[in-house]
Amino acid sequence: MHAYANPTRFLAIARPLTPWLLGAGLLLVLAGAWAGLTQVPGDYKQGETARILYIHVPAAWLGMGGWTSLALAGLIQLVWRHPLSGIAARAIAVPGMLFTALCLATGSIWGKPTWGTWWEWDGRMTSMLVLLFLYAGFIALTNGDAGGGGGQRQGGSLSRGAAIYALVGAINIPIINRSVVWWNSLHQGPSITLRGSSIDNALLWPLGLTLLGFSLLFGAIVLMRMRRIIADNRVSARLRRLADDEGN
Amino acid sequence: MKAKHQRLVLALFAVAGIAGAGVLGASALRDEAAYFRTPVEIKGGKAVIGEPMRLGGMVALGSIARQSDGLTIRFVATDGKASVPVEYTGIVPDLFGEESGMVADGRMRADGTFVADRILAKHDERYMPPQMGDMPKNMKAPKA
Repeated sequence: MHAYANPTRFLAIARPLTPWLLGAGLLLVLAGAWAGLTQVPGDYKQGETARILYIHVPAAWLGMGGWTSLALAGLIQLVWRHPLSGIAARAIAVPGMLFTALCLATGSIWGKPTWGTWWEWDGRMTSMLVLLFLYAGFIALTNGDAGGGGGQRQGGSLSRGAAIYALVGAINIPIINRSVVWWNSLHQGPSITLRGSSIDNALLWPLGLTLLGFSLLFGAIVLMRMRRIIADNRVSARLRRLADDEGN
Repeated sequence: MKAKHQRLVLALFAVAGIAGAGVLGASALRDEAAYFRTPVEIKGGKAVIGEPMRLGGMVALGSIARQSDGLTIRFVATDGKASVPVEYTGIVPDLFGEESGMVADGRMRADGTFVADRILAKHDERYMPPQMGDMPKNMKAPKA
């Protein structure tokens, strides 16, 4: 694992990978959106509003998957002090929060014509909103420890507090997932489970395209942000050296 | 034991602790975090007459009856084990219909009828093309 601890080695992989992820992701999202909007029938009951699921479901998956990987990165940072893990966690936070917000927004837009309300405090919606706030807290926490005092933390790593926060916040992920099973909720139960899908195949396939497409896009954004953080670190390290030289 | 392994053990204990706390918290909430009560819970004495609450259930087949004022409807909410009559004055969501889920905001009246101030339609987890639903194609349009 430590073979990839070196940012230079990481960059050698990340640089060529980024445009491929970005291109393939954009293409799949466009194909999935086109198919979802024009190639499949509406739902037997909801009609056309059901089509929002091709955005809503990937957004929910990435909001939750984002925090899962952020918490894993926090754990790796705490235990192995892997220099890239803190950078990865910082890089994941913003797109993770963005997709969580997108999930809440599309859900709300769908909720009005379907349920008859923009927002209700049921288990699913409340726990997803908590995830949004968790992201906001993490971003504030990591910005704070990067900017305060003597500039960037060494190598972009997380403070111990931020890493523990990431781990503690992970408890919300299974709660979101199970919220519609444990508690009566307005949100419907899971459509796609290990036993299969209750979304008919005729409506399901564009979801595969957007799910994969948005995931690749997410990966591309994370790689780009990691590269930026590494570049920032190098700039500040160089400036520090220059300042030291002038001081002597 | 190397420092790295110590940290790993510590972190794993912490994660187990957090997970345990989460499970305890969630199971303690099990009853309180419910968004609505089901008819069988109401029959079991979970409802206080006149207290605001939510009732959720399926609208029983053939039970929707429009009253003579044109705005009030009565129907029966059921969960398969028990059922509760509901009365509501106002506009229902497009997806409200018989054999479909709904959630009503309101309170129980002493005569055992649930008086709703607001009705939401609940969608289930099934998505399928119109030909496969049990309805003819031309009923894709909203029905009131």
